[in-house]
Amino acid sequence: MSAFPKIQTVGLTGILISFADTMSEPANRAALSFRAAVDSADWAQVSETSTSLVSTFLQVDLVTQPLNDMLTRLNDLLATQDWYTAPLPSGRTLWHIPTVYGTDLAPQLEEAAELAGLDPDAAIAELSRARVRVLTIGFAPGQPYMGELPKNWDIPRQQALTKSVPAGALIVAIRQLIIFTNASPTGWRHIGQTAFKTFRPLSDRPFSLSPGDELCFPSISRSEYDTILATDESGAGGAETEVLS
Amino acid sequence: MTTTLTIVQAGPALTIQDRGRAGWLAQGLTKSGAADLVAVHEGAALLGQSPDLAVIEMTGTGGTFTADADIRIALTGASMTATIDGETIVGNASHLLPPGAKLTIGGATSGTYGYLHIGGGIATESVLGARASHLSAGLGTALKSGDRLPVAPDKGRATGMQLPRDTRFDGGTVRVVASMQTDRFTADERDRFTSTQFARDPRANRMGVRMDHDGAGFYAEGGLTILSEVIVPGDIQITGDGAPFVLMGESQTTGGYPRIGTVIPRDLPRVAQAPAGTKITFEFVTLDQAIQLETQHRRDIKELPGQITALVRDPASINNLLSYQLVGGVISATDNPFEKDT
Repeated sequence: MSAFPKIQTVGLTGILISFADTMSEPANRAALSFRAAVDSADWAQVSETSTSLVSTFLQVDLVTQPLNDMLTRLNDLLATQDWYTAPLPSGRTLWHIPTVYGTDLAPQLEEAAELAGLDPDAAIAELSRARVRVLTIGFAPGQPYMGELPKNWDIPRQQALTKSVPAGALIVAIRQLIIFTNASPTGWRHIGQTAFKTFRPLSDRPFSLSPGDELCFPSISRSEYDTILATDESGAGGAETEVLS
Repeated sequence: MTTTLTIVQAGPALTIQDRGRAGWLAQGLTKSGAADLVAVHEGAALLGQSPDLAVIEMTGTGGTFTADADIRIALTGASMTATIDGETIVGNASHLLPPGAKLTIGGATSGTYGYLHIGGGIATESVLGARASHLSAGLGTALKSGDRLPVAPDKGRATGMQLPRDTRFDGGTVRVVASMQTDRFTADERDRFTSTQFARDPRANRMGVRMDHDGAGFYAEGGLTILSEVIVPGDIQITGDGAPFVLMGESQTTGGYPRIGTVIPRDLPRVAQAPAGTKITFEFVTLDQAIQLETQHRRDIKELPGQITALVRDPASINNLLSYQLVGGVISATDNPFEKDT
Protein backbone atom coordinates (compact mmCIF):
# COMPACT_ATOMS: atom_id res chain seq x y z
CA MET A 1 0.00 0.00 0.00
CA SER A 2 1.35 3.40 -0.96
CA ALA A 3 1.94 5.93 1.79
CA PHE A 4 0.06 8.52 -0.29
CA PRO A 5 -2.52 9.93 -0.45
CA LYS A 6 -2.23 10.34 3.32
CA ILE A 7 -5.02 11.73 5.52
CA GLN A 8 -4.15 13.50 8.79
CA THR A 9 -5.90 15.72 11.29
CA VAL A 10 -4.58 19.26 11.76
CA GLY A 11 -5.20 20.43 15.31
CA LEU A 12 -8.92 20.43 16.01
CA THR A 13 -9.65 22.58 12.99
CA GLY A 14 -9.07 20.53 9.90
CA ILE A 15 -8.00 17.57 7.83
CA LEU A 16 -5.05 17.43 5.45
CA ILE A 17 -4.86 15.13 2.44
CA SER A 18 -1.23 14.91 1.25
CA PHE A 19 -0.38 13.49 -2.17
CA ALA A 20 3.41 13.39 -1.77
CA ASP A 21 6.22 14.59 0.49
CA THR A 22 8.17 16.34 -2.26
CA MET A 23 7.04 18.82 -4.89
CA SER A 24 6.04 17.32 -8.23
CA GLU A 25 3.69 18.35 -11.00
CA PRO A 26 1.38 15.30 -10.61
CA ALA A 27 1.10 15.76 -6.83
CA ASN A 28 0.28 19.47 -7.23
CA ARG A 29 -2.28 18.56 -9.89
CA ALA A 30 -3.80 16.01 -7.51
CA ALA A 31 -4.07 18.59 -4.70
CA LEU A 32 -5.75 21.16 -6.96
CA SER A 33 -8.14 18.64 -8.53
CA PHE A 34 -9.06 17.02 -5.23
CA ARG A 35 -9.81 20.42 -3.70
CA ALA A 36 -12.10 21.22 -6.65
CA ALA A 37 -13.87 17.88 -6.12
CA VAL A 38 -14.38 18.57 -2.41
CA ASP A 39 -15.66 22.05 -3.22
CA SER A 40 -18.19 20.69 -5.69
CA ALA A 41 -19.27 17.96 -3.23
CA ASP A 42 -20.30 20.91 -1.04
CA TRP A 43 -20.20 18.99 2.27
CA ALA A 44 -21.83 20.90 5.10
CA GLN A 45 -19.01 19.82 7.46
CA VAL A 46 -16.36 21.67 5.42
CA SER A 47 -16.26 25.41 6.03
CA GLU A 48 -13.26 26.23 3.86
CA THR A 49 -10.68 24.51 1.63
CA SER A 50 -7.20 25.39 0.47
CA THR A 51 -4.17 23.79 -1.14
CA SER A 52 -0.49 23.84 -0.35
CA LEU A 53 2.09 22.56 -2.87
CA VAL A 54 1.10 18.88 -2.75
CA SER A 55 -1.85 18.67 -0.37
CA THR A 56 -5.46 19.70 0.09
CA PHE A 57 -6.67 21.16 3.40
CA LEU A 58 -10.26 21.00 4.59
CA GLN A 59 -11.31 23.20 7.47
CA VAL A 60 -13.61 21.03 9.58
CA ASP A 61 -14.62 21.61 13.19
CA LEU A 62 -13.44 18.30 14.64
CA VAL A 63 -15.04 19.19 17.97
CA THR A 64 -18.52 18.81 16.50
CA GLN A 65 -18.00 16.76 13.30
CA PRO A 66 -17.30 13.04 13.76
CA LEU A 67 -13.88 12.29 12.29
CA ASN A 68 -14.76 8.78 11.15
CA ASP A 69 -17.60 10.05 9.04
CA MET A 70 -15.23 12.52 7.34
CA LEU A 71 -12.60 9.82 6.79
CA THR A 72 -15.17 7.59 5.08
CA ARG A 73 -16.27 10.41 2.81
CA LEU A 74 -12.68 11.31 1.95
CA ASN A 75 -11.59 7.73 1.26
CA ASP A 76 -14.64 7.21 -0.95
CA LEU A 77 -13.89 10.36 -2.91
CA LEU A 78 -10.18 9.51 -3.19
CA ALA A 79 -11.11 6.10 -4.63
CA THR A 80 -13.15 7.55 -7.47
CA GLN A 81 -10.15 8.29 -9.70
CA ASP A 82 -6.38 8.66 -10.09
CA TRP A 83 -5.92 12.21 -8.83
CA TYR A 84 -2.29 12.42 -10.03
CA THR A 85 -3.43 12.35 -13.67
CA ALA A 86 -6.72 14.20 -13.12
CA PRO A 87 -7.52 17.05 -15.47
CA LEU A 88 -6.95 20.40 -13.79
CA PRO A 89 -10.09 22.26 -12.67
CA SER A 90 -11.84 24.23 -15.43
CA GLY A 91 -12.45 27.96 -15.40
CA ARG A 92 -8.86 28.80 -14.55
CA THR A 93 -7.28 31.98 -15.91
CA LEU A 94 -4.18 32.40 -18.07
CA TRP A 95 -2.39 35.65 -17.24
CA HIS A 96 0.14 37.59 -19.32
CA ILE A 97 1.95 39.91 -16.93
CA PRO A 98 4.35 42.43 -18.49
CA THR A 99 7.74 42.23 -16.80
CA VAL A 100 10.95 44.25 -16.91
CA TYR A 101 13.84 41.79 -16.59
CA GLY A 102 17.10 43.00 -15.08
CA THR A 103 18.03 46.70 -15.02
CA ASP A 104 18.28 48.51 -11.70
CA LEU A 105 14.66 47.47 -11.09
CA ALA A 106 15.60 43.78 -10.79
CA PRO A 107 19.34 43.66 -10.13
CA GLN A 108 19.83 39.90 -9.77
CA LEU A 109 18.88 38.75 -13.27
CA GLU A 110 22.50 38.27 -14.40
CA GLU A 111 23.45 36.35 -11.28
CA ALA A 112 20.41 34.06 -11.59
CA ALA A 113 20.99 33.57 -15.33
CA GLU A 114 24.56 32.48 -14.66
CA LEU A 115 23.37 29.92 -12.08
CA ALA A 116 20.88 28.65 -14.69
CA GLY A 117 23.74 28.33 -17.21
CA LEU A 118 22.49 31.06 -19.54
CA ASP A 119 23.60 34.50 -20.67
CA PRO A 120 21.18 37.26 -19.63
CA ASP A 121 19.51 37.58 -23.05
CA ALA A 122 18.92 33.84 -23.31
CA ALA A 123 17.56 33.84 -19.74
CA ILE A 124 15.11 36.64 -20.56
CA ALA A 125 14.01 34.77 -23.69
CA GLU A 126 13.49 31.54 -21.75
CA LEU A 127 11.63 33.23 -18.87
CA SER A 128 9.44 35.23 -21.29
CA ARG A 129 8.45 31.99 -23.03
CA ALA A 130 7.85 29.96 -19.90
CA ARG A 131 4.32 29.22 -18.83
CA VAL A 132 3.96 28.43 -15.14
CA ARG A 133 1.07 27.46 -12.87
CA VAL A 134 0.09 28.87 -9.48
CA LEU A 135 1.18 25.88 -7.38
CA THR A 136 -0.06 27.44 -4.16
CA ILE A 137 -0.76 30.81 -2.59
CA GLY A 138 0.69 31.69 0.77
CA PHE A 139 3.20 33.53 2.92
CA ALA A 140 1.37 36.81 2.21
CA PRO A 141 -2.17 37.40 0.99
CA GLY A 142 -2.55 36.56 -2.68
CA GLN A 143 1.14 35.75 -3.09
CA PRO A 144 1.63 33.00 -5.69
CA TYR A 145 4.26 30.25 -5.80
CA MET A 146 4.51 29.34 -9.48
CA GLY A 147 6.20 26.55 -11.36
CA GLU A 148 7.79 24.62 -12.58
CA LEU A 149 10.45 26.30 -14.68
CA PRO A 150 12.82 24.20 -16.85
CA LYS A 151 15.31 22.10 -14.86
CA ASN A 152 18.21 24.51 -15.31
CA TRP A 153 16.30 26.92 -13.02
CA ASP A 154 16.67 24.57 -10.07
CA ILE A 155 18.89 27.18 -8.44
CA PRO A 156 19.30 27.37 -4.65
CA ARG A 157 18.17 30.19 -2.42
CA GLN A 158 20.88 32.68 -1.48
CA GLN A 159 22.78 32.10 1.75
CA ALA A 160 22.11 35.66 2.88
CA LEU A 161 18.76 37.40 2.66
CA THR A 162 18.21 40.39 0.39
CA LYS A 163 17.06 43.05 2.85
CA SER A 164 13.98 44.02 0.90
CA VAL A 165 12.55 43.54 -2.56
CA PRO A 166 9.51 45.64 -3.52
CA ALA A 167 5.89 44.59 -4.08
CA GLY A 168 5.47 43.28 -7.61
CA ALA A 169 8.99 41.81 -7.67
CA LEU A 170 9.40 38.60 -9.69
CA ILE A 171 11.84 36.36 -7.86
CA VAL A 172 13.23 32.90 -8.58
CA ALA A 173 14.62 29.77 -6.84
CA ILE A 174 14.16 25.96 -6.97
CA ARG A 175 12.34 26.04 -10.38
CA GLN A 176 9.70 28.36 -8.94
CA LEU A 177 8.73 32.01 -9.35
CA ILE A 178 6.99 34.32 -6.86
CA ILE A 179 5.41 37.73 -7.37
CA PHE A 180 5.73 39.55 -4.07
CA THR A 181 2.57 40.94 -2.48
CA ASN A 182 4.40 43.33 -0.15
CA ALA A 183 7.96 44.57 0.13
CA SER A 184 9.79 41.89 2.09
CA PRO A 185 13.20 40.35 2.76
CA THR A 186 13.91 37.20 0.74
CA GLY A 187 16.48 34.54 -0.03
CA TRP A 188 15.19 34.23 -3.62
CA ARG A 189 16.78 36.23 -6.45
CA HIS A 190 15.08 39.32 -7.83
CA ILE A 191 15.07 38.91 -11.63
CA GLY A 192 12.08 40.92 -12.83
CA GLN A 193 9.75 43.70 -11.81
CA THR A 194 6.03 43.90 -12.52
CA ALA A 195 3.38 46.50 -11.73
CA PHE A 196 0.97 43.68 -10.90
CA LYS A 197 -0.77 43.80 -7.52
CA THR A 198 -1.59 40.34 -6.17
CA PHE A 199 -3.73 41.72 -3.32
CA ARG A 200 -6.16 44.62 -3.73
CA PRO A 201 -8.20 44.53 -0.51
CA LEU A 202 -10.60 47.32 -1.42
CA SER A 203 -11.43 46.15 -4.93
CA ASP A 204 -14.24 43.88 -6.14
CA ARG A 205 -11.69 41.17 -6.76
CA PRO A 206 -9.31 41.46 -3.80
CA PHE A 207 -7.16 38.48 -4.75
CA SER A 208 -6.00 38.54 -8.33
CA LEU A 209 -4.83 34.94 -8.66
CA SER A 210 -6.24 31.54 -7.72
CA PRO A 211 -4.36 28.28 -7.25
CA GLY A 212 -4.19 26.52 -10.63
CA ASP A 213 -4.11 29.74 -12.70
CA GLU A 214 -1.37 29.85 -15.33
CA LEU A 215 0.98 32.73 -16.06
CA CYS A 216 3.42 34.08 -18.63
CA PHE A 217 5.80 36.97 -18.04
CA PRO A 218 6.48 38.65 -21.40
CA SER A 219 9.48 40.98 -21.40
CA ILE A 220 8.81 44.70 -21.74
CA SER A 221 11.13 47.71 -21.82
CA ARG A 222 11.68 50.12 -18.99
CA SER A 223 9.73 52.83 -20.83
CA GLU A 224 6.76 50.52 -21.38
CA TYR A 225 6.86 49.72 -17.68
CA ASP A 226 6.92 53.43 -16.79
CA THR A 227 3.88 53.99 -19.02
CA ILE A 228 1.99 51.20 -17.25
CA LEU A 229 2.90 52.67 -13.86
CA ALA A 230 1.71 56.11 -14.94
CA THR A 231 -1.61 54.97 -16.42
CA ASP A 232 -2.72 51.89 -14.50
CA GLU A 233 -5.15 52.60 -11.68
CA SER A 234 -6.50 49.08 -11.31
CA GLY A 235 -3.37 47.39 -10.00
CA ALA A 236 -3.46 44.92 -12.91
CA GLY A 237 -0.10 46.27 -14.09
CA GLY A 238 -1.04 45.87 -17.76
CA ALA A 239 -1.89 42.19 -17.36
CA GLU A 240 -4.11 40.50 -19.93
CA THR A 241 -6.19 37.44 -19.18
CA GLU A 242 -7.91 34.58 -21.00
CA VAL A 243 -10.05 31.81 -19.58
CA LEU A 244 -8.59 28.31 -19.82
CA SER A 245 -11.12 25.68 -20.77
CA MET B 1 -26.47 61.10 15.21
CA THR B 2 -23.67 58.59 15.33
CA THR B 3 -21.83 58.35 18.59
CA THR B 4 -18.07 58.84 18.29
CA LEU B 5 -15.34 57.41 20.46
CA THR B 6 -12.23 59.57 20.30
CA ILE B 7 -8.78 58.27 21.12
CA VAL B 8 -7.26 61.19 22.99
CA GLN B 9 -3.98 59.40 23.49
CA ALA B 10 -3.17 56.00 21.99
CA GLY B 11 -0.84 53.45 23.52
CA PRO B 12 1.71 51.92 21.13
CA ALA B 13 -0.27 48.89 20.03
CA LEU B 14 -4.02 49.39 19.81
CA THR B 15 -5.98 47.73 17.00
CA ILE B 16 -9.58 47.06 16.17
CA GLN B 17 -10.35 43.35 16.40
CA ASP B 18 -13.28 41.01 16.13
CA ARG B 19 -13.54 37.28 15.64
CA GLY B 20 -11.61 37.48 12.38
CA ARG B 21 -12.00 37.09 8.66
CA ALA B 22 -12.97 33.59 7.53
CA GLY B 23 -13.00 32.30 3.98
CA TRP B 24 -9.67 33.44 2.53
CA LEU B 25 -7.25 30.67 3.50
CA ALA B 26 -6.76 29.50 -0.08
CA GLN B 27 -5.82 33.07 -1.01
CA GLY B 28 -3.12 33.28 1.62
CA LEU B 29 -5.00 35.25 4.27
CA THR B 30 -5.46 33.79 7.77
CA LYS B 31 -8.63 34.40 9.78
CA SER B 32 -6.82 36.20 12.60
CA GLY B 33 -9.00 38.29 14.93
CA ALA B 34 -8.62 38.96 18.66
CA ALA B 35 -5.66 37.24 20.33
CA ASP B 36 -7.85 36.28 23.32
CA LEU B 37 -11.26 35.18 22.12
CA VAL B 38 -12.38 34.35 25.66
CA ALA B 39 -12.03 38.05 26.48
CA VAL B 40 -14.18 38.90 23.45
CA HIS B 41 -16.94 36.60 24.72
CA GLU B 42 -16.64 37.99 28.25
CA GLY B 43 -17.06 41.55 26.99
CA ALA B 44 -20.05 40.53 24.90
CA ALA B 45 -21.64 38.83 27.92
CA LEU B 46 -21.01 41.85 30.17
CA LEU B 47 -22.68 44.20 27.70
CA GLY B 48 -25.36 41.69 26.67
CA GLN B 49 -24.45 41.87 22.99
CA SER B 50 -23.07 39.75 20.14
CA PRO B 51 -19.47 38.47 20.33
CA ASP B 52 -19.17 39.42 16.64
CA LEU B 53 -19.05 43.16 17.43
CA ALA B 54 -15.68 44.87 17.01
CA VAL B 55 -13.59 45.81 20.05
CA ILE B 56 -10.29 47.59 20.74
CA GLU B 57 -7.40 45.26 21.54
CA MET B 58 -4.67 46.86 23.65
CA THR B 59 -1.27 45.20 23.82
CA GLY B 60 0.59 45.88 27.07
CA THR B 61 -0.96 49.27 27.69
CA GLY B 62 -4.13 51.15 26.81
CA GLY B 63 -4.65 54.86 26.23
CA THR B 64 -7.10 57.68 26.93
CA PHE B 65 -10.56 57.66 25.41
CA THR B 66 -13.60 59.93 25.42
CA ALA B 67 -17.05 59.79 23.82
CA ASP B 68 -19.56 62.45 22.75
CA ALA B 69 -22.55 60.64 24.29
CA ASP B 70 -23.24 58.18 27.10
CA ILE B 71 -21.64 54.89 26.16
CA ARG B 72 -21.39 51.60 27.99
CA ILE B 73 -17.95 50.09 28.17
CA ALA B 74 -16.49 46.85 29.43
CA LEU B 75 -12.85 45.98 30.13
CA THR B 76 -11.70 42.38 29.80
CA GLY B 77 -8.47 40.47 29.21
CA ALA B 78 -5.23 41.64 30.81
CA SER B 79 -5.65 43.59 34.06
CA MET B 80 -4.91 47.21 33.26
CA THR B 81 -5.25 50.04 35.73
CA ALA B 82 -8.20 52.11 34.57
CA THR B 83 -9.92 55.29 35.66
CA ILE B 84 -12.88 57.42 34.57
CA ASP B 85 -12.11 61.08 35.31
CA GLY B 86 -9.58 59.93 37.86
CA GLU B 87 -11.81 57.42 39.67
CA THR B 88 -10.58 53.85 39.56
CA ILE B 89 -12.81 51.36 37.80
CA VAL B 90 -12.43 47.60 38.02
CA GLY B 91 -11.69 45.21 35.19
CA ASN B 92 -13.77 42.30 33.90
CA ALA B 93 -16.75 44.57 34.40
CA SER B 94 -19.02 47.00 32.59
CA HIS B 95 -19.28 50.72 33.32
CA LEU B 96 -21.00 53.84 32.07
CA LEU B 97 -18.77 56.43 30.38
CA PRO B 98 -20.60 59.78 30.37
CA PRO B 99 -20.05 62.20 27.47
CA GLY B 100 -16.78 64.09 27.78
CA ALA B 101 -15.52 61.94 30.66
CA LYS B 102 -11.97 60.67 30.25
CA LEU B 103 -11.40 56.93 30.33
CA THR B 104 -7.72 56.28 30.99
CA ILE B 105 -6.35 52.77 30.67
CA GLY B 106 -2.77 52.18 31.81
CA GLY B 107 -0.26 49.35 31.68
CA ALA B 108 -1.06 45.69 32.16
CA THR B 109 -0.39 44.33 35.63
CA SER B 110 -1.33 40.77 34.67
CA GLY B 111 -1.68 39.42 31.14
CA THR B 112 -0.73 40.98 27.82
CA TYR B 113 -3.87 41.78 25.79
CA GLY B 114 -6.56 44.01 27.29
CA TYR B 115 -9.88 44.67 25.56
CA LEU B 116 -12.11 47.73 25.52
CA HIS B 117 -15.65 46.82 24.51
CA ILE B 118 -18.24 49.45 23.62
CA GLY B 119 -22.00 49.00 23.82
CA GLY B 120 -23.15 48.64 20.20
CA GLY B 121 -19.63 47.86 19.02
CA ILE B 122 -17.07 49.83 16.99
CA ALA B 123 -18.67 50.49 13.61
CA THR B 124 -15.75 51.08 11.26
CA GLU B 125 -16.06 49.85 7.65
CA SER B 126 -15.53 46.14 7.30
CA VAL B 127 -13.00 44.90 4.73
CA LEU B 128 -13.33 41.39 3.28
CA GLY B 129 -16.04 40.58 5.78
CA ALA B 130 -14.47 41.75 9.04
CA ARG B 131 -13.37 44.87 10.89
CA ALA B 132 -10.33 43.22 12.47
CA SER B 133 -6.93 44.69 11.65
CA HIS B 134 -4.51 42.13 10.20
CA LEU B 135 -1.34 44.18 10.23
CA SER B 136 0.93 41.50 8.76
CA ALA B 137 -1.40 41.28 5.74
CA GLY B 138 -1.58 45.06 5.40
CA LEU B 139 -5.23 45.28 6.51
CA GLY B 140 -5.95 48.13 8.91
CA THR B 141 -3.43 50.10 10.95
CA ALA B 142 -2.59 50.59 14.60
CA LEU B 143 -4.92 53.19 16.13
CA LYS B 144 -3.40 56.65 16.67
CA SER B 145 -4.02 59.56 19.00
CA GLY B 146 -6.79 61.68 17.50
CA ASP B 147 -8.56 58.80 15.74
CA ARG B 148 -12.33 59.08 15.89
CA LEU B 149 -14.23 55.80 15.75
CA PRO B 150 -17.95 55.47 15.00
CA VAL B 151 -19.96 53.49 17.56
CA ALA B 152 -23.08 51.59 16.47
CA PRO B 153 -26.38 52.21 18.32
CA ASP B 154 -26.44 50.41 21.67
CA LYS B 155 -29.58 48.43 22.49
CA GLY B 156 -28.44 47.52 26.01
CA ARG B 157 -28.78 49.47 29.25
CA ALA B 158 -27.13 47.58 32.10
CA THR B 159 -23.74 48.62 33.51
CA GLY B 160 -21.98 47.89 36.77
CA MET B 161 -21.84 44.16 36.08
CA GLN B 162 -18.85 41.89 36.54
CA LEU B 163 -17.53 38.44 35.67
CA PRO B 164 -15.12 36.32 37.72
CA ARG B 165 -11.56 36.35 36.43
CA ASP B 166 -9.98 33.04 35.42
CA THR B 167 -6.35 31.91 35.58
CA ARG B 168 -5.38 32.18 31.91
CA PHE B 169 -3.06 35.15 32.63
CA ASP B 170 -0.56 33.19 34.69
CA GLY B 171 0.93 30.70 32.21
CA GLY B 172 0.89 27.08 33.40
CA THR B 173 0.07 23.94 31.47
CA VAL B 174 -0.92 24.26 27.83
CA ARG B 175 -2.56 21.24 26.19
CA VAL B 176 -1.41 20.06 22.78
CA VAL B 177 -2.65 17.49 20.24
CA ALA B 178 -0.39 15.68 17.79
CA SER B 179 -0.22 17.32 14.40
CA MET B 180 1.03 16.60 10.88
CA GLN B 181 4.71 16.34 11.73
CA THR B 182 4.64 15.20 15.36
CA ASP B 183 5.94 11.76 14.31
CA ARG B 184 9.02 13.40 12.78
CA PHE B 185 10.14 14.00 16.37
CA THR B 186 11.39 10.93 18.22
CA ALA B 187 9.58 9.76 21.35
CA ASP B 188 12.59 10.93 23.39
CA GLU B 189 12.43 14.36 21.80
CA ARG B 190 8.69 14.62 22.49
CA ASP B 191 9.22 13.55 26.12
CA ARG B 192 11.91 16.16 26.53
CA PHE B 193 9.53 18.73 25.03
CA THR B 194 6.77 17.96 27.55
CA SER B 195 9.13 17.78 30.52
CA THR B 196 10.81 21.11 29.74
CA GLN B 197 9.72 24.25 31.51
CA PHE B 198 9.51 27.11 29.00
CA ALA B 199 9.30 30.82 29.56
CA ARG B 200 7.50 33.09 27.16
CA ASP B 201 10.16 35.01 25.22
CA PRO B 202 9.78 38.80 24.98
CA ARG B 203 9.73 38.26 21.21
CA ALA B 204 6.03 37.60 20.86
CA ASN B 205 3.26 39.20 18.89
CA ARG B 206 -0.02 38.45 17.17
CA MET B 207 1.79 36.24 14.65
CA GLY B 208 3.57 33.97 17.09
CA VAL B 209 4.99 33.48 20.56
CA ARG B 210 8.51 32.19 20.99
CA MET B 211 9.28 29.92 23.96
CA ASP B 212 12.66 30.00 25.73
CA HIS B 213 14.25 27.17 27.64
CA ASP B 214 17.59 26.07 29.03
CA GLY B 215 19.32 23.23 27.23
CA ALA B 216 19.49 21.94 23.69
CA GLY B 217 17.03 22.87 20.98
CA PHE B 218 14.45 20.44 19.62
CA TYR B 219 14.97 18.75 16.28
CA ALA B 220 12.82 16.85 13.80
CA GLU B 221 14.20 14.14 11.55
CA GLY B 222 14.62 15.64 8.10
CA GLY B 223 13.39 18.92 9.53
CA LEU B 224 15.01 21.08 6.89
CA THR B 225 13.53 19.20 3.94
CA ILE B 226 9.88 19.49 4.98
CA LEU B 227 7.70 21.10 2.32
CA SER B 228 5.84 24.24 3.24
CA GLU B 229 2.47 23.15 4.63
CA VAL B 230 -0.78 24.66 5.95
CA ILE B 231 -0.64 26.40 9.35
CA VAL B 232 -3.51 26.44 11.84
CA PRO B 233 -3.52 28.70 14.92
CA GLY B 234 -1.77 26.97 17.81
CA ASP B 235 0.68 25.04 15.66
CA ILE B 236 4.02 24.81 17.49
CA GLN B 237 6.75 25.10 14.90
CA ILE B 238 10.34 24.35 15.73
CA THR B 239 12.45 27.02 14.06
CA GLY B 240 16.01 26.62 12.79
CA ASP B 241 17.61 27.20 16.21
CA GLY B 242 15.45 24.52 17.85
CA ALA B 243 13.15 26.90 19.78
CA PRO B 244 9.40 26.26 19.80
CA PHE B 245 7.25 29.03 18.35
CA VAL B 246 3.49 28.91 18.95
CA LEU B 247 1.80 30.32 15.86
CA MET B 248 -1.04 32.71 16.64
CA GLY B 249 -3.99 33.97 14.62
CA GLU B 250 -2.10 36.49 12.51
CA SER B 251 0.48 34.00 11.24
CA GLN B 252 1.02 33.14 7.60
CA THR B 253 -1.23 30.50 6.02
CA THR B 254 1.67 28.13 5.30
CA GLY B 255 5.09 27.46 6.76
CA GLY B 256 8.05 25.21 6.19
CA TYR B 257 9.21 24.51 9.75
CA PRO B 258 8.20 21.18 11.34
CA ARG B 259 5.30 21.31 13.80
CA ILE B 260 5.71 19.26 16.98
CA GLY B 261 2.02 19.65 17.89
CA THR B 262 -0.92 22.04 18.00
CA VAL B 263 -2.16 23.92 21.08
CA ILE B 264 -5.88 23.23 21.54
CA PRO B 265 -8.02 26.32 20.87
CA ARG B 266 -9.14 26.83 24.49
CA ASP B 267 -5.51 27.09 25.67
CA LEU B 268 -4.41 29.61 23.04
CA PRO B 269 -5.52 32.62 25.14
CA ARG B 270 -3.25 31.25 27.90
CA VAL B 271 -0.30 31.41 25.49
CA ALA B 272 -1.31 34.84 24.20
CA GLN B 273 -1.83 36.36 27.64
CA ALA B 274 1.31 35.01 29.38
CA PRO B 275 3.56 38.03 29.97
CA ALA B 276 7.27 37.74 29.01
CA GLY B 277 9.07 35.35 31.34
CA THR B 278 5.93 33.49 32.47
CA LYS B 279 6.45 29.74 32.91
CA ILE B 280 4.68 27.46 30.47
CA THR B 281 4.76 23.68 30.02
CA PHE B 282 3.15 21.62 27.28
CA GLU B 283 1.17 18.42 27.74
CA PHE B 284 0.01 16.10 24.95
CA VAL B 285 -3.62 15.01 25.08
CA THR B 286 -5.38 12.62 22.70
CA LEU B 287 -7.75 13.89 20.05
CA ASP B 288 -10.69 12.50 22.06
CA GLN B 289 -9.53 14.25 25.24
CA ALA B 290 -9.06 17.47 23.29
CA ILE B 291 -12.56 17.23 21.84
CA GLN B 292 -13.97 16.71 25.32
CA LEU B 293 -12.03 19.68 26.74
CA GLU B 294 -13.12 21.89 23.90
CA THR B 295 -16.77 20.83 24.14
CA GLN B 296 -16.76 21.74 27.83
CA HIS B 297 -15.09 25.07 27.05
CA ARG B 298 -17.73 25.97 24.49
CA ARG B 299 -20.41 25.14 27.06
CA ASP B 300 -18.66 27.41 29.58
CA ILE B 301 -18.53 30.25 27.05
CA LYS B 302 -22.25 29.87 26.38
CA GLU B 303 -22.93 30.04 30.09
CA LEU B 304 -20.92 33.24 30.68
CA PRO B 305 -24.04 35.43 30.90
CA GLY B 306 -25.17 33.30 33.87
CA GLN B 307 -21.91 34.08 35.70
CA ILE B 308 -22.53 37.83 35.72
CA THR B 309 -23.10 39.55 39.05
CA ALA B 310 -23.69 43.15 40.02
CA LEU B 311 -20.60 45.07 41.06
CA VAL B 312 -20.61 45.91 44.75
CA ARG B 313 -18.72 49.08 45.45
CA ASP B 314 -16.70 49.30 48.62
CA PRO B 315 -17.82 52.56 50.27
CA ALA B 316 -14.27 53.17 51.44
CA SER B 317 -13.21 53.52 47.80
CA ILE B 318 -15.89 56.04 46.95
CA ASN B 319 -14.18 59.38 47.29
CA ASN B 320 -17.35 61.34 46.64
CA LEU B 321 -19.33 59.40 49.21
CA LEU B 322 -20.87 62.59 50.54
CA SER B 323 -22.54 63.29 47.25
CA TYR B 324 -24.54 60.07 47.52
CA GLN B 325 -28.02 60.16 49.04
CA LEU B 326 -27.48 57.31 51.46
CA VAL B 327 -30.26 57.64 53.98
CA GLY B 328 -33.27 58.52 51.89
CA GLY B 329 -36.31 56.78 53.29
CA VAL B 330 -34.52 55.56 56.39
CA ILE B 331 -35.71 57.61 59.29
CA SER B 332 -35.94 56.45 62.84
CA ALA B 333 -36.60 58.47 65.91
CA THR B 334 -34.83 56.04 68.20
CA ASP B 335 -31.83 54.65 66.33
CA ASN B 336 -28.57 56.41 66.77
CA PRO B 337 -27.34 56.77 63.20
CA PHE B 338 -23.72 57.05 64.33
CA GLU B 339 -23.69 53.54 65.73
CA LYS B 340 -23.91 52.11 62.25
CA ASP B 341 -20.70 51.58 60.51
CA THR B 342 -22.04 51.03 57.02
